[in-house]
Amino acid sequence: MWEFVNFYLIPGLVLGCIYALGALGITLTFGILRFANFAHGEVMMLGTYLALTMVWLFGLHPLLAALPAMALTALLMLGLDRAFFRPFRSAPTIISVIASFGLMLMIRSAVQVIWGTQPRPILPGVQRPQAWLDGAILLAPKHVWILLATLAIMAAIHLLLTRTRIGKAMRAVADSPELARLTGIPVETVIRATWVVAAATAVAAGVMLAIDTQVETMMGFKMLLPMFAAAILGGIGRPFGAVAGGLVIGVAEELSAYPWLGTAPLLNPAYKSGIAFAIMVAMLVWRPSGLFRGRVL
Amino acid sequence: MDQFYGYGIYAISLLTVGGMYAILTLGLNLQWGFAGLFNAGIAGFFAVGAYVTAILTKPEAPEHLGGYGLPMAPAIAVAMLVAAAIAWAIGRICIRLRSDYLAIATIGIAEILRLILKNETWATNGPRGISSIPRAFEYLPDPWDKLAFMALVLVTVLVIYLALEKAWRSPWGRVMTAIRDSEDAARAAGKDVESFRLQAFVLGSALMALGGAYYGQYTKYFGPDSSDPASVTFLVWVMLIAGGSANNRGAVLGAFLLWTIWSGTQIVTGWLPREISLFGVAIPDVPVRAAYLRIFLIGLVLQVVLQRYSKGILPETRPAVLGRRITRGPEPGRQG
Repeated sequence: MWEFVNFYLIPGLVLGCIYALGALGITLTFGILRFANFAHGEVMMLGTYLALTMVWLFGLHPLLAALPAMALTALLMLGLDRAFFRPFRSAPTIISVIASFGLMLMIRSAVQVIWGTQPRPILPGVQRPQAWLDGAILLAPKHVWILLATLAIMAAIHLLLTRTRIGKAMRAVADSPELARLTGIPVETVIRATWVVAAATAVAAGVMLAIDTQVETMMGFKMLLPMFAAAILGGIGRPFGAVAGGLVIGVAEELSAYPWLGTAPLLNPAYKSGIAFAIMVAMLVWRPSGLFRGRVL
Repeated sequence: MDQFYGYGIYAISLLTVGGMYAILTLGLNLQWGFAGLFNAGIAGFFAVGAYVTAILTKPEAPEHLGGYGLPMAPAIAVAMLVAAAIAWAIGRICIRLRSDYLAIATIGIAEILRLILKNETWATNGPRGISSIPRAFEYLPDPWDKLAFMALVLVTVLVIYLALEKAWRSPWGRVMTAIRDSEDAARAAGKDVESFRLQAFVLGSALMALGGAYYGQYTKYFGPDSSDPASVTFLVWVMLIAGGSANNRGAVLGAFLLWTIWSGTQIVTGWLPREISLFGVAIPDVPVRAAYLRIFLIGLVLQVVLQRYSKGILPETRPAVLGRRITRGPEPGRQG
């Protein structure tokens, strides 16, 4: 029983938190700018490399280094939007998808040129899991950080979307850009705010993934499919749907390796990333609007 | 004489691989140029073509599935059918939704196929891949085997080109572009939008498998990482958009042109020293970094073409109506 919790459920929740933060940006850009942003994973990866550089330069703790990296990546994202996405605002959205596809490879190869392709740890040493609840639950400190930091960021996003002017404007544009424009909402400002939130949450997800595993140039691409699956599962344009979707997919991926029948893992762990794809395809067949009745664009 | 022989061999390899990319680009043109469908998983269909053909034509080997000893043509036909079946399944689910979903699903299916090829070791020899794949005409003496294979590839390109030109001018092709340009209008005219789109997607994916089948034969080796998305999917997209989407001649031109540039820059990066010093800072692993810089630049080419020259080198021309050719006016994109 505790083995199940410690080795399958908790890692699933940790992974789910990372997916949730990543999917948040996907669902916001998909809902507000109305295109699937393939470069989202690479923005996450780039921000993580910036955080890694802060760790090297100033000896910061990775979670602290994430803050300036988030700010820098958000600024960079605004520049990228201006250069590669803004020219296509009035064009059919599929052109923006192609542009994001090109941007995906440009960011990745730029990182590979600058930082090289060798995987690197962001957190030195190995953390021993600590015993909680009289030794029933084993939890490494880094996993506690990841869970707590995700909760804090979710709370901040919730406040942003429900209590601030710009957050309400973002939701209005997601619901109907035409109506939002008619009521005088500055759509370009909303788009900039969306990129800032998307970039910041992506970098948070990337740094947490790096703390859990390591920094590598393919981490963004590997995250892309689970993030899209989480966004679709929750319903496009539904931030809390994306969070729920991320958690479901993270937990499902880890639980798929549990020996439910007999002693062998139910699914060969090599196929873990197929779970996200299977869930996504199932949602597209049965309920493309997602669990939380998002938009089917 | 030896030098000329070397140039000759290089020219043959350029035309052979360029021709394979032309097959892929024509397949993508059918999907994107004709029907406006976004396929981000070209590498997946390409790999299916290479693997299925290799397994069906190779003599029995202990490392992987094989020993069927099928002749080349039926093996390639089976490979194309397998790719078509995968495309049909994914198309059935996604084509009725907006094109973004097809893009996500195709990138997903390419990833899943790579996982399967990597992990089902009994069938595919896992990460080590399949080697000594039989190639058509390899029993001929030295330059003639390469020449004959090149001729086979180029004739295939020509046949596909002629067939697509015919399709483009046919009622079928007109319905396709009508759907691409205005789905609602085509639906109002009583056309089965989903069925037409599915046909374009399935046929295009089968062509991509054909390109992969030739590629596996040509390199005589195919592994799960031979079809990494950077070199196949992306390059084919740049070839089509730069050459001119919805123009079959543009697709072929783009494929040969981009492949010549791509393989030319590969030679240049091979000349670079292992380490150079820039403003007093030593930069190690120069050739590796230069290889990634190449991908960056091809990405930049895509962005520039997309923003400034969205019609490509050879823009789309409407099939002759009443004996007149109509060139479409400038626009950043199409399909709503």
